[in-house]
Amino acid sequence: MNQRILPYLLVAPAVVFLGAFFIVPLVQTIVLSFDGGGTGNALGNYSRMVNDLNFGVSLRNTFMLVLVVVPLQLAMALAMGMMLQKIERGREMVLWIWTIPLGVSDLAAGLVWLALLQNTGYINSALFHLGLLDGPTPWLNSETPVTLFAAIVLAEVWRATAVVLIVIVAGLQTIPKEFGEAAEIFGAKPWRKFTRITLPLLKPSIQSALILRTVLAFEVFAAVYALGGRNFPVLVGEAYTWQNENQNYGVAAAYAVLIMVISLAATLVWLKALRTNPETQA
Amino acid sequence: MTRSGRFLLWSGIVALCAWVLVPIYLIGVGAFGGRAAAFRWPKGILPVNTSLDQILVFLRIEGVANAAMNSLIAAGLTMLFSLLLGAPAGYALARFSFRGADAFRLMVLLTRAFPLAILALPLTVIFIKTGLYDTPLGVSLVHTALALPFATLVTAGLFQGIPREFEEAAWVFGCTRFQAIRKVVLPLALPGLAASAVFAFVISWNEVFAASVLTVRERTLTAYLLTVLSESPIHYRFAGGFILIVPSIVFIFAVRRYLFALWGVTSR
Repeated sequence: MNQRILPYLLVAPAVVFLGAFFIVPLVQTIVLSFDGGGTGNALGNYSRMVNDLNFGVSLRNTFMLVLVVVPLQLAMALAMGMMLQKIERGREMVLWIWTIPLGVSDLAAGLVWLALLQNTGYINSALFHLGLLDGPTPWLNSETPVTLFAAIVLAEVWRATAVVLIVIVAGLQTIPKEFGEAAEIFGAKPWRKFTRITLPLLKPSIQSALILRTVLAFEVFAAVYALGGRNFPVLVGEAYTWQNENQNYGVAAAYAVLIMVISLAATLVWLKALRTNPETQA
Repeated sequence: MTRSGRFLLWSGIVALCAWVLVPIYLIGVGAFGGRAAAFRWPKGILPVNTSLDQILVFLRIEGVANAAMNSLIAAGLTMLFSLLLGAPAGYALARFSFRGADAFRLMVLLTRAFPLAILALPLTVIFIKTGLYDTPLGVSLVHTALALPFATLVTAGLFQGIPREFEEAAWVFGCTRFQAIRKVVLPLALPGLAASAVFAFVISWNEVFAASVLTVRERTLTAYLLTVLSESPIHYRFAGGFILIVPSIVFIFAVRRYLFALWGVTSR
C-alpha cells in the first residue's frame, strides 16, 4: 500500500460522513431559511419568526438561562476541582459520583427534578414538615414564572456541571505543584494562590469548558419541556414546534440559523475574552 | 490541613455527593412507587409500597417496549458507525503526518462548537425521500455525526499512546501493516476503543431533539417520552425518566477512567 495515499484512505470515510451529515445539512438549513416561505420575500421566514408571539419571550428566556446557568456551573466546577485536589483517599470514588450526571439526558434530568418539585413532591413535603407550607403547592406553571425558571436552572446545573468539572480537573492536572509551593514559600494565602496562580494557568481549560457549555446551553429544550411544558418557551423548543406541529420547515430553519449564529458568536466571544498569550503560558 | 478545615472540606464533598445522588434515588422511589406514591402527601424520604410491578406496568404500555427497542437499535448502530469511521481516522491522525491533517482536526473540533442536533431539521425531507425517515437507522446516522468527533479524537489519543516501535517490530517479523494493526495495536487499544464505543452509545441513547424530529411511529424512548409528556400520568413520567437514567449510570461507571480522554481535550 502506498504510504502517501494510506492516511487519506483512512480519513476519507469520516470526512465523507461529516460532509454528508454536517456540511450539507448546514448549507441546506441556511438555504431553506431564505426560501421566503411562499411570500416572495427572501426574508419571509425570518419576518414570520420575529413577528411570532413567542419569539421575543423564547429569546429572552434562553439568554437568561444561559447567563445564569453557565457562570454557576463554572463556579461550582472550580470549587469541586479545588476540593478534589485537597483529598488523597477516596478521590476516584468522589470524582465518579460527581460525574454521574454526565450520562443523564436533559429529558431525564427534567423528569428527576419534576419528581422533586411537583405539587406533592419531595421539596414541598420537606417544606411542609418544616412548617413552611400548608399543603401541596404548584411551582411549575405559568403563574409561577420565577420558581419555574429556578427549577430549570436547578435541573441544568445538576445535569451539566459534570462536563465543566471534567475539563477543569484535566486542566488542574497540568499545573505543576511547584508553582503553588513557591507561592506558599513567599507567604501567599490560599485565596491569593488561587486567583494569582491557579486561575491564570487554568485559562485555556476554562475557555474550552465555557465554549462547550455555552453552545450546549443555548440548545436547552427537553429539560424545559419536562418541567414546564409550554409555559417557558425557549428557542430550540420553538424550532421543534414549527417543524413538528406547524409543519413549517422554513421558519424552523430560520430558528436553527439563529441558534447557530448565537452559538458561533458566543464561541467567538469566549475565544477573544479569554485569549491566551502563548509566551505567558507555562 | 487543620482539623476544622478537614471537617469543612468533607462536609462540602458529602453535600455535593448528596446533591448528585439524592435526586436519582428519589426518582427511583417514584418510578417503583406507582400512582399511589406519586400523589402521597406529605412524602417521607423512605420508599413505601414500592414494587417491580410498577416498572413492568410502564413497560407494557402500548409503544414503550417498541420505543426502548428502537433506542437500543439506534444506539447500537451509532456505536458501530462511529467506531468504524472514527478509529481509522484516529489512527491516521496518530501515525501519519499528511497534508490536510490539521484541516481535518479543525473540522472535527469545529463540530463540537456547533449545535449539531439542530441539523436534523433539513434532513427530514431527504430522509422521507430515501426511506430513512422514521427508522432507527436514520436516527443513528445523525447520532453518529454527534459521536464521530469524539470517537476520532479519542482514538487518535489512544493510538498515539501505543509506541510506534511495537508495530515496526511486527513488520520486521514479516507482518503486513494490517496484520500488525490487528495483532499488536488493536489488542492494546481495545479497552479505550470499548470506552469510546460506550460513550457513542450514551450520546445516542440520551439524544432527544434529532430523534423527535426524525421519527413519528418508530419513536426512540426519548422521543416517545417527549411526545407523550403532557398527557401521561406523572408516575409514568418518573418510570420513563428512571429507565433512561439507569443504563447511562452503568456506562459512565464502565468508562470512568476514560472520561478525561473524552472531554479533557482542550483546544490547545
